[in-house]
Amino acid sequence: MNDNTIDTKGRERLLARLLAGEFPDQQGRYGPFGGRYVPETLVSAHERLEAGVARWLADADFQRELQQELSTWVGRPTALSHAPRLSQRWGADVWLKREDLAHTGAHKINNALGQALLARRLGARRIVAETGAGQHGVASAAACARLGLPCTVYMGAVDMERQAPNVGRMRLLGATVVSVTGGDQTLRAAIDEAMRDWVADPEGTYYLLGSAVGAHPYPYLVRELQSVIGREARTQIRAQSGALPDLVIACVGGGSNAIGLFHPFVNDQSVAILGIEAGGRGAGLGDNAAPLSFGRPGVLHGSYSMLLQDGDGQIQETHSVSAGLDYPGVGPEHALLQACGRVSYEAASDADALAAVRECCECEGILPAIESAHALAGARRWARSHPGKRILIGLSGRGDKDMLTLTQMLLAKAPTGAA
Amino acid sequence: MLPRERIVAAIRAGARGGEPALVAFLTAGYPQRAQFREHLAAVAAGADVVEIGVPFTDPMADGMTIQRSSQEALRQGVTLQWILDELTAMPRLRAPLLLMSYLNPLLSYGYERLAAASIAAGVCGFIIPDLPLDESVALGAALDPHGLALVQMVTPVTPAARLARLCEASQGFVYAVTMTGTTGHNVATPAGMLEYLARVRAVAKVPVCAGFGIRSREQVERLRGAVDGCVVGSALVEVLERGESPQAWLAALRSSAV
Repeated sequence: MNDNTIDTKGRERLLARLLAGEFPDQQGRYGPFGGRYVPETLVSAHERLEAGVARWLADADFQRELQQELSTWVGRPTALSHAPRLSQRWGADVWLKREDLAHTGAHKINNALGQALLARRLGARRIVAETGAGQHGVASAAACARLGLPCTVYMGAVDMERQAPNVGRMRLLGATVVSVTGGDQTLRAAIDEAMRDWVADPEGTYYLLGSAVGAHPYPYLVRELQSVIGREARTQIRAQSGALPDLVIACVGGGSNAIGLFHPFVNDQSVAILGIEAGGRGAGLGDNAAPLSFGRPGVLHGSYSMLLQDGDGQIQETHSVSAGLDYPGVGPEHALLQACGRVSYEAASDADALAAVRECCECEGILPAIESAHALAGARRWARSHPGKRILIGLSGRGDKDMLTLTQMLLAKAPTGAA
Repeated sequence: MLPRERIVAAIRAGARGGEPALVAFLTAGYPQRAQFREHLAAVAAGADVVEIGVPFTDPMADGMTIQRSSQEALRQGVTLQWILDELTAMPRLRAPLLLMSYLNPLLSYGYERLAAASIAAGVCGFIIPDLPLDESVALGAALDPHGLALVQMVTPVTPAARLARLCEASQGFVYAVTMTGTTGHNVATPAGMLEYLARVRAVAKVPVCAGFGIRSREQVERLRGAVDGCVVGSALVEVLERGESPQAWLAALRSSAV
């Protein structure tokens, strides 16, 4: 696993195994990526969770309960909207999968609800979660309130300041929000702290991880719970447009909305798939949050995946205008999808993402989250080199939470209308 | 004697008359990088085995003290390469040395290169908190030919079958975590503790050392006869932080209260 280079033969073998649905394997690996790099104090807890996932995820009663809550409380299925004016501007046929319409305003609720239901089945007495932008924290707080489970959310002190409205939302929803002052005081440090909490009480506490990262079985569990996005979108776009898309595209931070959208399309060989990372200010170390574009493999938070790190294996601080993508690692399945060539990954800059927020607002009457706007920016670029194609964009969340940033970065400059 | 056998021998020699041997931890280059050799020598003079902490940006299994010391050491530019260079350059110490590191700095360094450099630096083994036995095949394959130890941890909630596997695989000593939780918490040894340590000792072929939260003579006293050694980490880092003598503090841990 020290070997970073995978030759053509290896790539073909990985692709064949991917298409045969072999990942994750028994060891929780996605080819060379994934695994379970956790302290011995958490090994038993992960094994219990793995057994719980195997026991409940496919259980008819559990699925009935989940589907019921998804449809009557989350508001699924979310709409698939045709985007006529963006289509015209880009010279493409553009479709938006509207996770911004899901309860609490983003795809995060699909995972938070599913895991909270699982936690209750597993007899958890309390839930801990981490959050960066606050979206997963809000979703977890909401799901726990719905199920009557006590919830503690760890959030970096820096993020608590830049995402203050979400802190208030979590508290209103009954969660205890703990400020994390160690490390870089952002999402990464919040994950470290949530794991420390879990280590202290691995039997009674359930750790509700918010993205497709972490040790096995988390990347698998999160993918399964988020795949509802891609399953719905696949059915909807065939019904509404009469065919599959030529391209499926989503933003990638930890990668949960992307894996949820991509997974049901992986075996559709006519469909190209593109993930868009946070390119920030550029390619330099510390200037972006794009490990698939600029990183190399390593181990963080329990799995072997692509990682932004320096030459000594120290994890790098990241930069993105979008707090939800501001993370130095990425889910191991994305590392596999890139290594075997099934999915391409590119980066979109802060400036491109902000321009895409404005364009989507003005053309479609939808305020996207800055995270989701990275996918819009990537789609616009792809449309230019592939004219006339049908594009399905994962609009992972709404931008109301970003109003502080957008006011400073877009409205203050006032490029449209009177100066 | 193979490096891993030196660790076993040092713990057995240190554990006289039921009194636990002392395995002492310090974060490399903390509080001052310039005083690393001096601090290491002082700790080694008072301990039977020394664990040198390689600082990492994300010390997930550690409490506040070691988070703080790691961050500060990184700020002062401490790297794995620097530690290995320092150890290679300084006179050999009587106490065997282990490196305690999260996996990523080791992975980044390269396992084969790490094994060779460790031998040159007089390092006898490794403790890696985020590398469970199940994921350790590749690193083990690089360390084994050099006789370097890879220490396994066990916990009070480790199931019996797994406990046996971990004890069977552990080299140098078995690190018996005395509680769930992170390093540095000060808790009294609970009632089930002695029973747990006896279970570990019954299956371990190498010495058993208890660790996590040991900071007083009283605690060491209670572990007399129950373990071969005690690991002291956070409390010792705090001693160095306060500028006190690690040798005197370690001596006080050993001296009988009577």
